[in-house]
Amino acid sequence: MEWLKRNQITVGAGLVILVAAYVFYAVNSNVATSMFSGAWFFAVPLVLGALTGVVGERSGVVNIGIEGQMLVAAFAAFFSAAATGSLIVGVLVGMLAGIAMGAFLALTTVKGLMDQIIAGVVINIVATGLTSFFYRPGKVLSANMPQWEVPLLSKIPLIGDVFFQSGPIALFALVSVPVVHFALFRTRWGLRTRSIGEYPSAADTAGIDVIRMRLVNVTIGGIFAGAAGAYLSMEATGGFERGMTAGRGFLALAILIFGGWRPLRVFAAALFFGFTNALASQLQGVISIPQQFITLLPYLLTLIVLAVAAGRVRAPAAVGQPFVKGEGS
Amino acid sequence: MSQEATQDSTQDTTQNTTRDRPVEATDRSAAPAERLLDIEGLSKSFGTVRANRDINLHVGRGEIVALLGENGAGKSTLVKQIFGLIKPDHGTITIKGDASPIKDPKDAIRRGIGMVHQHFQLVPVMTVAENMILGHETTSRGVLDIEGARQLVRELSDKHGLKVDPDVEVEDLPVGTQQRVEILKALSRRVDLLILDEPTAVLTPQETDELLTVMKELAAGGTSIVFITHKLREVLAVADRVYVLRQGGVVGEVATADTDARGLATMMVGRDVVLRVDKEEATPGDDVLSIRDLVVLDDRQLRAVDGFSLDVRAGEIVGVAGVEGNGQRELVEAIAGMRPPQSGRIDLLGKDITKANPHDTHLAGVGHIPEDRERHGLVASYSLADNLVLNRFSEKPFANGFVRDFDEVRKNAEALFTEFDIRAAGVQAMAGSLSGGNKQKVVVAREMSFRPKLLMAAQPTRGVDVGSIEFIHRRIVAARDAGAAVLLVSAELDEVLSLADRIAVIHGGKVVAEMPGKDADRTEIGRLMAGDH
Repeated sequence: MEWLKRNQITVGAGLVILVAAYVFYAVNSNVATSMFSGAWFFAVPLVLGALTGVVGERSGVVNIGIEGQMLVAAFAAFFSAAATGSLIVGVLVGMLAGIAMGAFLALTTVKGLMDQIIAGVVINIVATGLTSFFYRPGKVLSANMPQWEVPLLSKIPLIGDVFFQSGPIALFALVSVPVVHFALFRTRWGLRTRSIGEYPSAADTAGIDVIRMRLVNVTIGGIFAGAAGAYLSMEATGGFERGMTAGRGFLALAILIFGGWRPLRVFAAALFFGFTNALASQLQGVISIPQQFITLLPYLLTLIVLAVAAGRVRAPAAVGQPFVKGEGS
Repeated sequence: MSQEATQDSTQDTTQNTTRDRPVEATDRSAAPAERLLDIEGLSKSFGTVRANRDINLHVGRGEIVALLGENGAGKSTLVKQIFGLIKPDHGTITIKGDASPIKDPKDAIRRGIGMVHQHFQLVPVMTVAENMILGHETTSRGVLDIEGARQLVRELSDKHGLKVDPDVEVEDLPVGTQQRVEILKALSRRVDLLILDEPTAVLTPQETDELLTVMKELAAGGTSIVFITHKLREVLAVADRVYVLRQGGVVGEVATADTDARGLATMMVGRDVVLRVDKEEATPGDDVLSIRDLVVLDDRQLRAVDGFSLDVRAGEIVGVAGVEGNGQRELVEAIAGMRPPQSGRIDLLGKDITKANPHDTHLAGVGHIPEDRERHGLVASYSLADNLVLNRFSEKPFANGFVRDFDEVRKNAEALFTEFDIRAAGVQAMAGSLSGGNKQKVVVAREMSFRPKLLMAAQPTRGVDVGSIEFIHRRIVAARDAGAAVLLVSAELDEVLSLADRIAVIHGGKVVAEMPGKDADRTEIGRLMAGDH
């Protein structure tokens, strides 16, 4: 009950949107289903990328390298799947690549005290360079990613079609959102993670090992960006292209901020972006604007959203600041 | 002169407390108290600075021990070692007979040590309950037991009579309540020794008195307390014994029953402190500052200053006395141009400065020693030389057109270093590296060096050591004698009483009484400050 009270605006807005979606569905079920499916299709990597951001930044480490993490993971996932002929190996290697990139960020910034922004830029540049250099055209996957239907849930009109009949990585994203949200706000790990991102010296005096926790969180958090990369090259397209993340890592960052570093709101924000994108695709046939302008829309929206949201949401207070034991306090 | 030093005027309270004390002291010496903490030969250096040297100290069970010393005497370094935040170079710390090194705060907590830090170690965006359990959470099936945490807060606050709501986010609490949360947090684990690092620095006089009561109750219940302060009144009011630190070493250990304010002050600074401000009779001239019906809103948009009127003449010190939070901060900010008033009028030498910005206010001749020197007084990452011209760096002689004249800036700094006895590694040292007293001297030096028509000093000696307090007070009187009008705003009644030629008592944002400073009666002022008029 208290939870409802605290989140009444979010819950209320969610209900309004849900009702609107079903009205739309009642009017034209085909268009509605395809638009919302398109929205989720676009939103999956954004949600996953933003979750990496949530875990890292709630621990006090800025991650602007999500784009690079995703790109390397997309590359590693696709080529390992193509080489071994195993989709599972591909997905796992993608996730591991995300974790490895997370470990790089963690070691350079938390242990090495490198500036977090610079470390993120390095990740992005290195990712572009490496994946372009080692890219070999002409590889294909042995099979398409499977489509899974969740029993019962997939039978729900609209929601079932959009969310519960999809590939494994999209389902992973769907499950990850409430899991991370719950972990962040209801578990010991979450309380400690939030404390080291807000006021690390308080956590330190309470006997929490800030350095170790940041290292672990930033590293493990890379799993989501890794999954996002695997989604792009394996589940969404079935191929790797140079620079195929196309700024989605930065969109994920925008969504992270728009969602106020809270997984459930991040999910809503990502869907909103996805829906705008789907709407733009629909409009393509209706009004005569060059296609380039329409694909520009999500990025334009990012600028607007950030300009509006920037002053209203509050980042974890210690984000971006290295923690050195015994300093301050 | 200072709040600590004017013990003569507060003898009633101190004598009462010291009178009970010898009885307790003899009780303890009869049955040798269990040694809870024993420190031998403790030394710690940071680079070439010897922060602690060869310190010997012990604390018995249920004993309150004060660590007294000027800023930079090494008190905080000492307690941080007891709490395992930093490691000693030499020496041993024995807790309840166990002399093994204290590995980290967790180890210290496990061995029964709790610490309330000078800067609260609370996460502002978390609730009281969440802060309370941070680091030793209980969970059931992986889920945080927040209901248990709330219960814990309620039980502890009932048990110790410290009222606090478990569900409020810490950042929404007043400072005094945040401190309660800190104390409760320490008490939530079994604590034998509670360390309080300058607990009263941020408290109002009322909150201070409450804290002192709590400390006595805890000690009566068997908890030992080590507390850092540089306020002599508090030492005499609650401590059983005092260790006086100077330049990293213990220079004196004394039972409070055997000493008084003057004796402690002498030990602290190593020379006799002038306990009163010597000043001539004021010879006021014309009005310099004239405030009429001023209304200023606070951050919550409430009328903090509510119809305030006051005149300050050249060559006099007007002291604004009042309990903190009665509009003093907003008043000072309005005069300084930092907070636009809602209505009313502020004139300086007949010129309307009601809507002037801080720079124009400065140009009009107002020197401002701000209450929060860290935020409004200095730029920590700038050199001292730059900080000393912070309000005039673009004016002659410190600049020619667009180009700064670093020679002049340096010369100015060197002259002020001598004149104001600023102790630092050099004029190019970062302001942030100085102790509190020296930082304040830098601010005072800058604001006085341009011979302001009006000198506005807000809490000028807060968190400053006794030696610096004395110095700053003398400079304020000197500024008056040189013809400046001085507006002194202070929460320390003793400071106002010893400096002011005229006293205005503020309550609820307006002046409720004005009187000459010479023979003002502190009981009467106390009554007026409390809103009884």
